[in-house]
Amino acid sequence: MSLDPSFVGRTYPPTAPYQVGREKIREFATAIGATDAAHHDPAAAQALGHPDVVAPPTFPVIVTMAATRQIIEDPDLGVDYSRLVHGDQRFAYTRPVVAGDELVCTNTIEEVTNRGGHGLLTTRTDVSTVAGEPVVAVWARYVIRGEA
Amino acid sequence: MELPTKTFRVTRADLIRYAGASGDFNPIHWSDRVATKVGLPGVIVHGMFTMALVGRAVTEWAGAPDAVVEYGVRFTRPVVVPDDDQGTEIEVTARVREVTEDGLTRLEVTATCLGDKVLSQARATIRTAR
Repeated sequence: MSLDPSFVGRTYPPTAPYQVGREKIREFATAIGATDAAHHDPAAAQALGHPDVVAPPTFPVIVTMAATRQIIEDPDLGVDYSRLVHGDQRFAYTRPVVAGDELVCTNTIEEVTNRGGHGLLTTRTDVSTVAGEPVVAVWARYVIRGEA
Repeated sequence: MELPTKTFRVTRADLIRYAGASGDFNPIHWSDRVATKVGLPGVIVHGMFTMALVGRAVTEWAGAPDAVVEYGVRFTRPVVVPDDDQGTEIEVTARVREVTEDGLTRLEVTATCLGDKVLSQARATIRTAR
C-alpha cells in the first residue's frame, strides 16, 4: 500500500509535556556506559553551567520516538508498523536536555515518497520546553518495506 | 586528522539494559525467535543504541558531554549479538572534516562490526574545546 504524498507539511498538535527526571538521565547514561560526571552529578553539570545533570546526545529519542507515534499510528496515513524500518536519525541541538526540563514535541511530516515499492517517511520533531524555549530538532526517516 | 579508535563491547545483557532505559522493547532486540521469524540472523542491536555508543565516542573526543551541536547517521547494516558472554564489538573511528572559524569541528564518523560498516553518512558537529 502506498503512502499519500499530500501528507507532506502536515503538523500535529503539541504532545503532552514529558518531565525529564534526574534518575532517568542517570539510568540512560549508565545503559550506554557514559560515565562523564555531568550525566550523573548535578554539581559537575552546574560547573559546566547547566542547572542539573546533562542528558547524552541521543537521550531525546526517548521523548521523540513516543511522540512520533502520532504520525506512525495516524490511521489516515496508514503506516504498516510491522514493515517499518528505521533508516536515518538526526539531531540539531539548541542546548542539551537537562533534568528538570518539561519537554513538548511538535511533529511535522517532511517527506512522503514511494519508490521501488517502498514508502519513505521523514518526520521532524521540534522539542521545546513548556515555556516555548527550543531545545532540539529531531529528524527520523523510515522505510516502509513493500510486500515482497 | 584521524581521531583515536574507540571500541564498544555489546552483549545481550547490554541490549536488555538499553531496552529498559530507552523504552524500546521491540522483540527483535531480545528474542531470537522473533528476530529470525522476520528474516534477521538473530537478535540485533537497537539502531539507536549503536547511535548512542557512537555519540559517546563523539562526546569523549570532544572532551565535554554537552559539546554536540548536530549529529546524524544512516543505519545500513544490522549488528547481530550472539547469546554468549562475549557478545560483539563495535569499532568507532572519525576524521576531522573541517574546523570552522566560529569554533565548530565537523567529524566524519565510521562505525564497523566485524569489519563491516554499520552506519553511513555518520556526521557530528561539536563545539571546539573551550
